[in-house]
Amino acid sequence: MENEAGALSRVAGLFSARGYNIESLTVAPTEDETLSRMTIVTRGSDDVIEQITKQLNKLIDVVKVVDLSEAGHIERELMLVKVRAEGEWREEMKRMSDIFRGRIVDVTDKTYTIELTGAGYKLDAFLEALDKGAILETVRTGASGIGRGERILKI
Amino acid sequence: MELTGAEIVVRCLAEEGVEFVFGYPGGAVLNIYDEVFKQNKFKHVLVRHEQAAVHAADGYARANGRTGVALVTSGPGATNAVTGIATAYMDSIPLVVISGQVPTAAIGMDAFQEVDMVGITRPCVKHNFLVKDVKDVAVTIKKAFYLASTGRPGPVVVDIPKDVTQHKTEFVYPKKVSMRSYNPVIKGHPGQVKRAVQMILDAKRPMIYTGGGVILSNASEELTQLTRLLGFPCTSTLMGLGGYPATDPLFTGMLGMHGTYEANMAMQHCDVLIAIGARFDDRVIGNPEHFFQDGRRIIHIDIDPTSIAKRVKVDVPIVGNVKDVLAEMTKLIQASKEKPDRPALKTWWTQIELWRSRDCLKYDRDSSLIKPQYVIEKMYEVTRGEAYVTSDVGQHQMWAAQYYKFDQPRHWINSGGLGTMGFGMPAAMGVQFAHPEATVACITGEGSIQMNIQELSTCKQFNLPLKIILLNNRYLGMVRQWQEFFYGNRYAESYMDALPDFAKLSESYGHVGMKIEKPEDVEGALKEAFAMKERLVFMNFITDQAENVYPMIPAGKGLSEMILV
Repeated sequence: MENEAGALSRVAGLFSARGYNIESLTVAPTEDETLSRMTIVTRGSDDVIEQITKQLNKLIDVVKVVDLSEAGHIERELMLVKVRAEGEWREEMKRMSDIFRGRIVDVTDKTYTIELTGAGYKLDAFLEALDKGAILETVRTGASGIGRGERILKI
Repeated sequence: MELTGAEIVVRCLAEEGVEFVFGYPGGAVLNIYDEVFKQNKFKHVLVRHEQAAVHAADGYARANGRTGVALVTSGPGATNAVTGIATAYMDSIPLVVISGQVPTAAIGMDAFQEVDMVGITRPCVKHNFLVKDVKDVAVTIKKAFYLASTGRPGPVVVDIPKDVTQHKTEFVYPKKVSMRSYNPVIKGHPGQVKRAVQMILDAKRPMIYTGGGVILSNASEELTQLTRLLGFPCTSTLMGLGGYPATDPLFTGMLGMHGTYEANMAMQHCDVLIAIGARFDDRVIGNPEHFFQDGRRIIHIDIDPTSIAKRVKVDVPIVGNVKDVLAEMTKLIQASKEKPDRPALKTWWTQIELWRSRDCLKYDRDSSLIKPQYVIEKMYEVTRGEAYVTSDVGQHQMWAAQYYKFDQPRHWINSGGLGTMGFGMPAAMGVQFAHPEATVACITGEGSIQMNIQELSTCKQFNLPLKIILLNNRYLGMVRQWQEFFYGNRYAESYMDALPDFAKLSESYGHVGMKIEKPEDVEGALKEAFAMKERLVFMNFITDQAENVYPMIPAGKGLSEMILV
């Protein structure tokens, strides 16, 4: 979409006005600074997805809409998790982070902050695997996606 | 030469060939008004409320197909305009609304008369802009006119902070503008058009269902040609009236909640439905599940892909401008060796005529009270069906749609989508500006007219000889009708007590006022009023309080479940 003030609110407004559900939405400028790229994760029947696609295309600021889930694609989301890292937790948290290929990016004598990247379900799985009592704080970016192979979205 | 932002605004409007700007001044637009004062390219029409400015620009646009322009100040000026903008949005009317904004440095400071106009109007505009740099004024206005009038038309808001109207820059008005993210489709997909034509030729019980898109794309001629070539029955939505001549025998009347028995029954029982610039609105097909009990194949032509497959599944979707697609279809049908199935059509027409013989629009003609239907019928005769007719919203709107037979497009002007009471008179002002010599009538109710009655003053200032037909039943009639049918006769707040003497009110504004209380006086009063070419005449018809609009499909019911007289 055009990298214009208000473009994001047009998309967000469309979803709320028409009662579509947004699971996540990420947006940032592209290498062409006049454009922003947005990845939206939503759910709905085929009819609803068709309407969402058409309604998005109708927004004047939207240049192109692609349904990534129609074909092979890669989806990545980043999560930062702050966990308890005292006593027996300290070794356990390190081990869990390693298993999920996370990275500990901040350390205090009481906490670790773990960075984890992957598809949404992988991040969910990590949180499931941790003892609930160990999780102090989480923050997630929402998914960004790109087509596999030669499938390219570029203007 | 460098010009101020305000000068640029005015120059842009002149470049666009704008004839009339409907507006109301205020702090944030004083610089623009100063430039309006200094020019003579367009005329400014001072209304008495910003809502009326937008409705008037809207009426102007509906009546002549050009983009209407309104100019309002920031804050309350802007919010007053919102109802007008939403009205135009729902009916896809091309408008450019310029609103003043507080100076850029004051934005977000809760400044005097500040409101986030771009935020408020976002859901009810085709697009909107906040212009923060004087260098962007010209190109933004160019884009606004381009967006408003192309593709599926709609209102575009341009919000301009006061300091931007003071700053100076070199003025260049772009000849053309193109936007990579906006490329409306004009021609229909040739393969789809062919499929549609085949389906049409195979039809046994066809139905042509037309909407406002026919009017907006100026496709009446193409529609009439195609319909007559095929000999198919044709119906129209409230918004499409006049797109096909109502006096033609192929026309079955309006369909929908208050549509004719024959149109609704044919819609329900057809085997091929050709939807043209219409959107299967809830007031048109009622309950979609009931609609689909009887299977039929649907061809849907619309310029807006989001209108297709939104409420109903479609067999042949055609995205394109109605005018171009219909012309293409006619060409293919004329060239085809196959012809429509005449014997099947004959059987189908026999059925339709049977439905038509129910005479669903009959009413008591011997009543000692004035029947509202009778007023419209007589008005139709007196104006020979040639008037531009605007309406407000409610029972009178439906009677106008049912009993005034519109043979020409752009002559029936009403708020169909949003259903805005208070639309009629200001819209009629816009129509009169578009067609100064034409007869312009506003059919209204005593509820609706009071929502913008202050515009009688504007009409006086600009000598607009409107004919106001007030069907005064002392009730919010449509509300009362629903309360009678569905709320056990509990008339909650639908009674209009303490009404003014409308004739005297009109006279106090310098117009002519009439009060008509007996059926035998109706025709004479109408003749007298319409003969006064130079004067606004306000006709207060005291009508039967208990009259209802029939037929009626109750909300949530199907097309064949009409309540008949």
